[in-house]
Amino acid sequence: MKTGTVSPIGRHELKVSQVLNESGELVGELPGIADDRLADMFRLMCLGRRLDQKAIALQRRGKLGTYPPLSGQEAASVGSAFAMNLDIDYFVPQYREQLAMFHWGLPLSTYLLNRMGHPAGADLPANGRLWPQQVALAAHLPHAVGQAWGLQLQGKPGVVLTQFGDGASNEGDFHEALNIAGVHNVPVVFVCQNNGWAISIPWEKQSAATSVAQRAAGYGFPGVTVDGNDVFAVYAAVAQARARAERGEGPTLIEARCTRMGAHSTADDPTRYVPADYVAEAERRDPIKRFRIWLASRGLWDDDREQLCIQWCDEQIEEAVRAFDATPRPDPETIFDHVVAHPDLRLRRQRDEFRKMQEKL
Amino acid sequence: MSTMTVVESIRRTLDEEMARDERVIVLGEDVGQSGGVFRATDGLQAKYGKSRVFDMPVSEAGIIGTSIGLAASGLIPVVEMQFLGFTQQAFHQVGNQLARMRYRTRGSLTMPVTIRAPYGGGVRTPELHSDAFEALFAHSPGLRLIAPATAADARGMLAAAIRDPDPVFMLEPLRGYRLVRDEVPDGDHVVPFGKARIARAGRDVTLIAWSAMVQVALEAAKLAAEEGTDVEVIDLRSLVPLDTDTIRDAVKQTGRVVIVQESPLSGGFASEVAASVANDAFLYLKAPVCRVSGYDTPYPVPHLEDHYIPDAQRVLRGIRSTLNF
Ligand SMILES: Cc1ncc(C[n+]2csc(CCOP(=O)(O)OP(=O)(O)O)c2C)c(N)n1
Repeated sequence: MKTGTVSPIGRHELKVSQVLNESGELVGELPGIADDRLADMFRLMCLGRRLDQKAIALQRRGKLGTYPPLSGQEAASVGSAFAMNLDIDYFVPQYREQLAMFHWGLPLSTYLLNRMGHPAGADLPANGRLWPQQVALAAHLPHAVGQAWGLQLQGKPGVVLTQFGDGASNEGDFHEALNIAGVHNVPVVFVCQNNGWAISIPWEKQSAATSVAQRAAGYGFPGVTVDGNDVFAVYAAVAQARARAERGEGPTLIEARCTRMGAHSTADDPTRYVPADYVAEAERRDPIKRFRIWLASRGLWDDDREQLCIQWCDEQIEEAVRAFDATPRPDPETIFDHVVAHPDLRLRRQRDEFRKMQEKL
Repeated sequence: MSTMTVVESIRRTLDEEMARDERVIVLGEDVGQSGGVFRATDGLQAKYGKSRVFDMPVSEAGIIGTSIGLAASGLIPVVEMQFLGFTQQAFHQVGNQLARMRYRTRGSLTMPVTIRAPYGGGVRTPELHSDAFEALFAHSPGLRLIAPATAADARGMLAAAIRDPDPVFMLEPLRGYRLVRDEVPDGDHVVPFGKARIARAGRDVTLIAWSAMVQVALEAAKLAAEEGTDVEVIDLRSLVPLDTDTIRDAVKQTGRVVIVQESPLSGGFASEVAASVANDAFLYLKAPVCRVSGYDTPYPVPHLEDHYIPDAQRVLRGIRSTLNF
């Protein structure tokens, strides 16, 4: 891969690997991806963009709870997910990785139920390789390490992918997880989506380090920085890291430098802190725009396909919203379900009392 | 039956459970070659190898967090926390992550993880090595919290913990590790959670204690007997789930309750026990519930700790005050 882009993030200028530049031109070596997979990647990225719009609208109407948009980060999320092997690999997400979770088999309607706060939103695909989204920043990183280490110890196949933000990389759990991963040489791929902000805190106020990736050196394994708005650069870096892990060479930390186009969440107002040039830069670096230009230049995209894609996205979303609307309100007594395998007397009595109270209402 | 100390009984149980189920692994700080700072894991690495007994970096949150992933992968981690005080470094991984993983995933991820930690003072340890904060963990739904006082219970409860499909936190009586020695049943010995043990029968006053305080309570009962008071001692041994039925029945008999704990008074687990007495046996009470406890101060330095930890004399004063109410 070539190094080209200068990241807009932070006080230090940083060279990052790039394959597809902002104008949709190939500036590096294209990873080998079949044409139909390219189209799938693009469609999933488009689905993310349209879902953001729909979900924000639903949130404004009071139908969804807080929603974390991912516009601007589609390439980082989808590029890393597609570089993994869905048949054997695991994914341990933070809260903004809905697209990678869909790739691992999470139904869109389940995701909406989750954001709505319905208990059925916690149901995970039966393959057992998708973890629930993590709310506590970086708390899932040691889980990913343990999952990967456990596979290795038992001679089971598979590599674990985990994603998180730049803010999360300042938590103790990040450092403890990376350290243990290094010591035990576990097959895990850490992907940090550094969008330059942890809610309102810019990277330079989060850390004095030039990059997240450089921290890997302290744990004895490679750290690489890629243009996170470039789906091919992300894919290539994750595919390489995955291959390394599979060969028994241990973990890799990948820092995908990406841009966030909207707010941190529907509860956030970025106009209070994001400078105008960041917004303009995010538009300029749009991962979808450049991917579309490149696909078209290869004859893999045109207006018809674009129309079909938008239609497909909207159908997916509408169908999920319908399923979500059709899901009955949960039985209140389910708050007592799944606390422990064998509820003790005290919990059973609380449940009985709760039921009686409900019956009287 | 064989007579052994608490730490010997823990070691034997770990050995037997590792032999019984090859998914059982042991991890923690210094647990391998060195056998743990209290030697509870001594010999395990030599016997089961470096792929089942792991020396971990000094990294409490990392150790618990990694165990969550190891459990998901199909293993049964038994974690040694070197001292309970340092489990605070990993509290979020215990309370927010491990304890609620089953709930969060509606049962698709279950966590058969056992955490063992020596707990309490009385052996002149440096700062933060003696703190007794059981109430913190009792307040984490989804987590079992057990606190055996004898070698026999340490064996039976640790075996139950390792075989349980949910996370269990076992508080081990640090000062009882080598001091307490009793008869441990041979063969398969499992003590189910949520069943208190009557450590001594009596008619006049009920003493409720757990872990190292059970010995103190028994001593106090002896002193009280010399004064003609017949004291019953209940060893809770399991804090979560709590055997409120045994507590209620005892209070119905005696009408007088003294609860002994080593931790600070305010917000301690004794308050939970007192509330259950008030709830279940209020009309049988002949005197207010008395708590004999550590104080609302940080755990003091070794020269002063004997003044902090409840001893038999302090418990005896508690017994007298409930009798003379
Ligand atoms: C342990 C913890 N502390 C604080 C929060 C509140 N919080 C939620 S998101 C966030 C910023 C996260 O930034 P980053 O890791 O860069 O991820 P991004 O949201 O940009 O994807 C904070 C502080 C939290 N969820 N968890």
